[in-house]
Amino acid sequence: MLRVQGKAVHQCDSGWVPVFVDQEQSISLMSVGFLLEKPDEAVVWRGPKKNALIKQFVSDVAWGQLDYLVVDTPPGTSDEHMAVVDAMRPYSPLGALVVTTPQAVSVGDVRRELTFCKKVGLRVIGVVENMSGFVCPHCAECTNVFSRGGGEELARHAGVPFLGSVPLDPTLTRSLEEGRDFIRGFPKSPAFPALSCIAQKILNEAPVGLS
Amino acid sequence: MEEVPHDCPGVGSAQAGRGASCQGCPNQGLCASGAGAAPDPAIEEIKEKMKTVKHKILVLSGKGGVGKSTFSAHLAHGLAEDENTQVALLDIDICGPSIPKIMGLEGEQVHQSGSGWSPVFLEDNLGVMSVGFLLSSPDDAVIWRGPKKNGMIKQFLRDVDWGEVDYLIVDTPPGTSDEHLSAVQYLAAAHIDGAVIITTPQEVSLQDVRKEINFCHKVKLPIIGVVENMSGFICPKCQKESQIFPPTTGGAEVMCQGLKVPLLGKVPLDPRIGKSCDKGQSFLVEAPDSPATLAYRSIIQRIQEFCSLRQPKGENLVGS
Repeated sequence: MLRVQGKAVHQCDSGWVPVFVDQEQSISLMSVGFLLEKPDEAVVWRGPKKNALIKQFVSDVAWGQLDYLVVDTPPGTSDEHMAVVDAMRPYSPLGALVVTTPQAVSVGDVRRELTFCKKVGLRVIGVVENMSGFVCPHCAECTNVFSRGGGEELARHAGVPFLGSVPLDPTLTRSLEEGRDFIRGFPKSPAFPALSCIAQKILNEAPVGLS
Repeated sequence: MEEVPHDCPGVGSAQAGRGASCQGCPNQGLCASGAGAAPDPAIEEIKEKMKTVKHKILVLSGKGGVGKSTFSAHLAHGLAEDENTQVALLDIDICGPSIPKIMGLEGEQVHQSGSGWSPVFLEDNLGVMSVGFLLSSPDDAVIWRGPKKNGMIKQFLRDVDWGEVDYLIVDTPPGTSDEHLSAVQYLAAAHIDGAVIITTPQEVSLQDVRKEINFCHKVKLPIIGVVENMSGFICPKCQKESQIFPPTTGGAEVMCQGLKVPLLGKVPLDPRIGKSCDKGQSFLVEAPDSPATLAYRSIIQRIQEFCSLRQPKGENLVGS
């Protein structure tokens, strides 16, 4: 999604060097994707091996000076989630962003994710409702493809902030497919204001420069 | 198996019982003696249990959110429309058990009988099992590591009294990890007919499907085919089509051609699908004229045809 497929991870004195995704070197990335010999190789690992790699990603990568470390996780409440919470605990994580789609079936699972956060002492920064409506490019009619309202309802039920809804946006999907910078390339696209607003809320949580 | 330590090297590994993290584990002696490397007796027990199950289908996806559970549920509904077909739906997504909700069975409990756990019956010919039925609250989180999840899957396969079943559909979480390995390993002696892999049209999703296909090859799991979900959207107002998830690299069709894997069908996005699932109703019944229903029915038929070419005991009539 960030157009750095096929890049290699190098070693330096302080550890693994993450891959920079932009010229300005403002965003760096680490992923098991970089460690595979072939892109279609399946990573068929049980829990303990996944846990070990996640620990390494936190302790052995030479991240350097960072303002934000964003950790993308798989769905669920299992090995990966426990491993990353354990590994990050000494570094006082700001918290968790919990993403859902609007329908009840999705919210049904994400409720459990919120319980997980509570149980492991991980603060919830807020809930984001993704794929929230689709505006037809032909007639501008908005259809709630995956129902509506579930994210806000979930946040209310769990007593956590609702950060916003992001609509379905084929331009965003296409950007991710091509590894393009959606934020810079398509500021007029339907998803942009929502994403910007959510990002701003997070920036307000912990202004850079204060520890 | 007791709770295993944080960094358990795995009971089958060369380090079993010998690794640093094995110190203090109650199973250390067992693993060090090599007993852990012996085949799990449950595999034979499951083989026996599965003798009354004619066809077993695994529903897989590389990615989350592509509609796997929705598909599994509707495959079950579709097959069970024939009241002479006995269908069982097993949900092994231990952390995200959404099948009870999609099937309209939230809040149901599992009962024990002399012959094991009873599945929850939606219809006389459609039984469902999920960890969701074992949780007391919709907010309960299942925060389990791999070994405990594997134990649950073993129990589901060994201890549930499925009875005489024509089709056992196993809904899985996304990925290629503990749950998938366990399902394949525990069913190893019982012969799985094959896997149906769900994707959406974009390359980001297909990338993960290719890994899933490789997983199937690795564990010698036959592939029934791929279903492309969320394939185009017809606006209810102007009836024009949009590609919400653009197939920038040709979608599942091109991928399947390249990998010589059957494309079972493409299901368009219909907002009524999500609504039906939220209500726990069969979309096939709620929206019988939807192009998505027609697509589902065609796919279900192809799956039945694939299964009918395989004898119940795992012998192929036609070379696979």
